[in-house]
Amino acid sequence: MAGVGSACLTIGLFAALYAAGASVYGALNRRREWVSSGRRAIYCLAALCLVAFAILEAAFLRTDLSFALVAEGSSTDTPTFYKVTALWATQDGSLLLWATLLSLFSSAVLFLTRRTLRDIAPWATAVLGVVAAFFLLLMVGWENPFGTLAVAPQEGAGLNPLLRHPAMMIHPPMLYTGYVGFSIPFAFAVGALITRRTGADWIRATRRFALVAWTFLGTGIMLGALWSYTELGWGGYWAWDPVENASLMPWLVGTAFIHSIMVQEKRGLLKVWNVSLICATFVLALLGTFLVRSGILESIHAFGASTIGVQFLLFIATVIAASAALILWRLPDLRSEAKLDSLVSREAFFLLNNLVLVGLCLVILWGTFFPLISEALTGTEESVGPPWFNRLTTPLALALVLLTGIGPVLAWRKVTPSALRRILLVPVAATLAALAGLLAFTNAADSPASLAMFCFVAFVLTVVAQEFWRGASARRTMTGEAWPRALARLLGRNRRRYGGYLVHAGIAVLFLGVAASSAFLEQRDVRLSPGDSFEIDGYQVTYREATARLGGDSSGTGAPIAFGAVLDVRKDGKHFTLRPSRNFYSSADPSLGTISRFFEGEATSEVDVRWGLRKDLWLAVRPDISALEKPIAEADAKFADTPGDVQALIIAALAERYRNDPPPAAFRAIASPLVAWIWIGGAIAVLGALVAMWPTPEARLRRVRAIYSARLGKELSRA
Amino acid sequence: MEYALALLVLAALVAVAVSLPLRRGGEEERRDATRIEELSAAKEAKYREIRDAELDHRMGKLSEADWRAVDRDLRGEAIEILRELDRLEGRSPQERA
Amino acid sequence: MDPSRKRKLRLVIFLAAALLLATALVYTSFSASTEASKPSEVQPGQSYEMTGKVVNDSIERDGDELRFRVRDRDGTESVAVLYSGVVPDPFREGREVIVEGELKKGTFVAERDSLVTKCPSKFTKEKEGQSS
Repeated sequence: MAGVGSACLTIGLFAALYAAGASVYGALNRRREWVSSGRRAIYCLAALCLVAFAILEAAFLRTDLSFALVAEGSSTDTPTFYKVTALWATQDGSLLLWATLLSLFSSAVLFLTRRTLRDIAPWATAVLGVVAAFFLLLMVGWENPFGTLAVAPQEGAGLNPLLRHPAMMIHPPMLYTGYVGFSIPFAFAVGALITRRTGADWIRATRRFALVAWTFLGTGIMLGALWSYTELGWGGYWAWDPVENASLMPWLVGTAFIHSIMVQEKRGLLKVWNVSLICATFVLALLGTFLVRSGILESIHAFGASTIGVQFLLFIATVIAASAALILWRLPDLRSEAKLDSLVSREAFFLLNNLVLVGLCLVILWGTFFPLISEALTGTEESVGPPWFNRLTTPLALALVLLTGIGPVLAWRKVTPSALRRILLVPVAATLAALAGLLAFTNAADSPASLAMFCFVAFVLTVVAQEFWRGASARRTMTGEAWPRALARLLGRNRRRYGGYLVHAGIAVLFLGVAASSAFLEQRDVRLSPGDSFEIDGYQVTYREATARLGGDSSGTGAPIAFGAVLDVRKDGKHFTLRPSRNFYSSADPSLGTISRFFEGEATSEVDVRWGLRKDLWLAVRPDISALEKPIAEADAKFADTPGDVQALIIAALAERYRNDPPPAAFRAIASPLVAWIWIGGAIAVLGALVAMWPTPEARLRRVRAIYSARLGKELSRA
Repeated sequence: MEYALALLVLAALVAVAVSLPLRRGGEEERRDATRIEELSAAKEAKYREIRDAELDHRMGKLSEADWRAVDRDLRGEAIEILRELDRLEGRSPQERA
Repeated sequence: MDPSRKRKLRLVIFLAAALLLATALVYTSFSASTEASKPSEVQPGQSYEMTGKVVNDSIERDGDELRFRVRDRDGTESVAVLYSGVVPDPFREGREVIVEGELKKGTFVAERDSLVTKCPSKFTKEKEGQSS
């Protein structure tokens, strides 16, 4: 079957190139049948990619070790869920996922626009075809997922234990959906530029794709943060790591894009800005994909030197050059249709928010690439760490949150100043009240930046609540409905606006969590023997006993051995237990002894967290197995050639030894306030985005009518 | 040789699929249909703007005077779109005849 | 103010803000950055942020203390390190690490909890200690 998969990719490459060629030919010569043919080639590409994907996934599910990729990324003892997701944990597999998602999304958008945008769609098809061809070329030429091994190994290498976490496995598809989603508006922007149809049509057709992409990318980023918090042993959720930054940058610019396209839709302004922005978003998405797999920046999650870094760089450089040239060439067609009437208008503040978002992105870009920049300028490779990032992004983040509160208050074109004063009264009062309360009752003043953030969050939440209330009131005066119905109808009829307000509220809540947890956390690193206890943030934590489990670890990751601890926690009459542990995975290194092999592979920290709305208590343990080193070495010598079940008995004996007489273990405890609100805020934002992107009944009706009228036209012309 | 066989079969399938429109022959380029589509979308967007402005007014963001001015502009723009739509839809049946 | 002057004013403000941001970036990054030195470059009497690969078979644990050797990424010169504190999960021989400290009497005495280990590559062809 590997041959079939490989053939799918090869034919897919030609299909993508054909799609580009046929569409361009059809566009230049006004021959619709060629455009149609090109579109069909994209549909074929999607089918081919799906078949290839299915073949590979099937190989993973049955752990077919003759597939080099399965041997590299999975094993017979990897749990089934992780077998499925291991496909995209590999370089080749992730390229296939990218290509599959791209071809599926392209097919969707081309199908939906097959009767509209007749001028732009062919060029968009060509762009999408070229991008797909790039990814397919990478696979066919260098990183074929369907490579086979002449001699299938007995056992695969297994999925990297650090990745055996549900969040981490859903994270790549989410990110790629985001990246791919932004390719669609990019392709249509290029088409719009080439055909000089630079009005809002390309935006209207692709707006939803941008929103979907934004949502998925944002969710992917949050899942990565969640993974970092619950899986890595340092207890943080964001480290300004190059790989993290690589996904955040397109999201920031994408956020700017979704706002500024609204300005173009309504007022015909910011045309140059919009096309530049979507090109930048797409380039950053490619850069994000590239950074993760090139090792060009050494980072804590560095993915080492690979064979496709140069190709990516060339492709990105080509995209940048071509986009810039295209925009400059069509600059005369990108003149604004109107002027900015008033600075106290939504348009003006959207522009401001764009500047803040792009500013944030530039800061992160600079910091991420600083090692390369400094090397180029001064000859020595230097780097900047989280303190620098935090210092520069905090003021921008504060400005951003403030703007998310001001935007909803304004109206398009202008707001009457007296009305503005009246509307801002309650939110400003609420903010001042929050400020007073925080100063009086909490130690929030210890961190001025956090204090400011809390106040701004109060402002945003009040503004959003007020908007909902006033909107529902306005409906009620017209229709006399009851409150719940008025709210529901308000949301239903103004999805974009009120969905957007919900997103703003969610983001504000998210920043609340970020500010509180980063400025006010308490962390302790201690060494304890059973019976010892320590205190953190009012919690009394006692190390009750050591645990040792064989097989069937509590997180379902398939770890053979797990050493851990049971800790009793007491505070204010509340009592609960935490059970952190450390999973040990066996190594396949033949140079290690048979028994020590079980302890010398990867080890991951299985953190235990007591989630709470007010604060989280996070605990990680690092058992000291150096005391077992001697017995393990003895066992290696004595039992070098014993069969598996005898090995298991020996391991069980060692485990029992640890359980009964554990040496002091190292614990890290972190009490961080309001962390849960980061995830809650994110969920609210996603909910808001779903509301905003949901099609309204009128839109559906219009599409149906359009199909009928087009059919009528076609049939009449044939008759 | 599984690869070579699959290559041929898939190439044939794709070739058949993409050549279908070419074999059916060229269809008349209906430019107007595209334009009508786009104008309808623009019309819907303009209607949404008019409704939004009304909501803003009801919510007190726009004073009566400001709202009337904005409403007038928007309705004017909407009328332009409708006029163009009528023009295109009015002309097409004649072309077909 | 007539429109064209307004537009020019906005442009000036925008450019000024951009310039301010750029200055902030350049100034803060060059002054806050730390130069990572190779083991062959460290000298006594000054604190460094040292980066390199952990030498095979050099790791020794003694209670809270950890001893290992770090060598240049592309070389063989190595330095002995004495470290105490939290040891990150991925720490293992052959992996790249960053540690802060000072060279004292031939041993690099590291600051507590300053050890950072880089995860091994996810997308690389070469595998460490695993047969394929």
